[in-house]
Amino acid sequence: MHTDEDLTERLKAFEGRPAATEGTGKDPVNLPMIRHWCEALGDTNPAYSGPDAIAPPTMLQAWTMGGLSGHTGRSAAYDELLGLLDAAGCTSVVATDCEQEYDRPLRPGDEITFDTVIESVSDRKTTKLGSGHFVTTRTDIRVGPDLAGTHRFRILKYAPAARPEKPPRPRPVVNRDNAGFWEGVRDRKLLLQRCTACAAPRHPWLPGCNACGGLDWDTVEASGEGTVYSYVVMHHPPFPAFDPPYAVALIELAEGVRMLGNVIGVPYDKVRIGLPVRVEFREHDDESTLPVWRVTG
Amino acid sequence: MNGRTAIVGIGATEFSKDSGRSELRLAVEAVRAALDDAGLAPADVDGLVTFTMDTSPEITVAQAAGMGELSFFSRVHYGGGAACATVQQAALAVAAGVAEVVVCYRAFNERSGRRFGSGVQRREPSAEGAALGWVMPFGLLTPASWVAMAAQRYLHTYGLTPESAFGPVAVTARRHAATNPAAYFHGRPITLADHASSRWIAEPLRLLDCCQETDGGQAIVVTSLERARDLPHPPAVVAAAAQGSGRGQEQMTGFHTGDLTGLSESAVVARQLWRTTGLGPADIDVGILYDHFTPFVLMQLEEYGFCARGEAAYFVAEDRLPLNTHGGQLGEAYLHGMNGIAEGVRQIRGTSVNQVAGAARALVTAGTGVPTSGLVLTADG
Repeated sequence: MHTDEDLTERLKAFEGRPAATEGTGKDPVNLPMIRHWCEALGDTNPAYSGPDAIAPPTMLQAWTMGGLSGHTGRSAAYDELLGLLDAAGCTSVVATDCEQEYDRPLRPGDEITFDTVIESVSDRKTTKLGSGHFVTTRTDIRVGPDLAGTHRFRILKYAPAARPEKPPRPRPVVNRDNAGFWEGVRDRKLLLQRCTACAAPRHPWLPGCNACGGLDWDTVEASGEGTVYSYVVMHHPPFPAFDPPYAVALIELAEGVRMLGNVIGVPYDKVRIGLPVRVEFREHDDESTLPVWRVTG
Repeated sequence: MNGRTAIVGIGATEFSKDSGRSELRLAVEAVRAALDDAGLAPADVDGLVTFTMDTSPEITVAQAAGMGELSFFSRVHYGGGAACATVQQAALAVAAGVAEVVVCYRAFNERSGRRFGSGVQRREPSAEGAALGWVMPFGLLTPASWVAMAAQRYLHTYGLTPESAFGPVAVTARRHAATNPAAYFHGRPITLADHASSRWIAEPLRLLDCCQETDGGQAIVVTSLERARDLPHPPAVVAAAAQGSGRGQEQMTGFHTGDLTGLSESAVVARQLWRTTGLGPADIDVGILYDHFTPFVLMQLEEYGFCARGEAAYFVAEDRLPLNTHGGQLGEAYLHGMNGIAEGVRQIRGTSVNQVAGAARALVTAGTGVPTSGLVLTADG
């Protein structure tokens, strides 16, 4: 077992060593790739088309990329460095930033070569993602003997931070007056109370009818169709059981009663009053099934 | 009861974010300050009223404040909806002859202690707990979020934006707080742009649509109008006091009946206050309307008949009624509405920092979205 200092020292020994030697571009600089790039980015600069087209300078790295068929010229030293980090638990990787310098434009037909050096390896750093080391490489891209540009690229190789376990959602509050509703939900049925005296459906569940005072009731399974009557987008405070922002909607059922729920099928910022929805049921954890409302229109 | 009793003393602690002392201590300090203001002694008190939510029992306040026997003690339920009803209880007791001097109080460390804004995530399976159980599993957990549901429907119904509808209420409160040295936001007015750029809490509510959270205490002394006339300050006559609960009333989560654009509980109070006093909204010189969240100030203005439905935002923007002249709970402090009653009294006495010239009739209301209450306070004679 190595200490952090030991590891850092071993990692830093890679500084200055090559990461790729005499790599070559898989394709010459070419108009189809330039066109695809410009279309993807919406870049309509006239310099990138026509008979005297140059490649967008920011494509610099694109000409060095291995694609699905793999890298060329990658050095043993770079694989060794990454392997050492993997072995130290820094198994995840994220690209953090890059800097480029442009020495001469690349033109269709140019065939590039490149050399990459491991420029620096940082001390152990702790970020929100986890703890690890930043590795910075510098790639010099050439056409023949001429330097076309330099691409400095930084990654973080890190051990992912343990995610705090998400607590369960607040539980329904079940008692003798409303147990039938939550039992129905568990069986994937949306049950409404109905007064046997005046036939008024009601929600929330209560032991008597507000319309007529009748104490006798039965249940009717809701059609499950409804519309969004109102909604709230929750931002603050951030409850750990939920991921703010999230929408909570008040659904008016076809039967005329309203109940609260979450809407699925649209992002939180697209929930609107009047959206038609249909009930589904979702198991949030072993103990909790809740109705949820899918947008249908 | 109506017109036979008066508020003769008001007293408060400082309004802070961390009082550094117990809620009981705050209650006792506020009660003593109110008695001093009334020119009365603890020994004169024979009745105490507070909220069911208050943690300081009447008997303990009496004991710590140097009071003797009590012949009347009562508590009112439903959070901030209780505020004006504590005065109603006091007035009823005095008018009925079961007590002579009744002190109403509310004190808490609502910012440094249990913050209502931090929300609820678990409730016992009582009837009240079960009511919250219909909303908690879906993540609607805070007072702001419960109010936001109605606020969204209100905006939708009247084709308003949160900025234009709610902003004027916040700006008005902070304008008044800015000139009130007792207000937490003394010297810190806001603009409509500040409101519009404040962060979302529960859309369509922003930070500046939500009242503060406060540590402090406020007390109100009620006695007979006859006795009030012998005390140092001009009496603030309790011309009318009323409670109200609408059909199908719920506590904050009243989503299941009605059209969510009004406050049926306020309508019940308004009917009683206007009927009892023979007054109407046009007769009111100053409105102290409970402002836990800006949208419910608009709905109250409409329920009390100050303007037509959907028009309250314009009514506020045009300053057509002196409103929450202490700065409200948005600007002065969140004392569960009790500080608003004190401001109503100051207006009748003529001692408000934002005094309305010649104010003789004040409407004061309590928390809405819950069973609520209201007062009409008038000058004597």
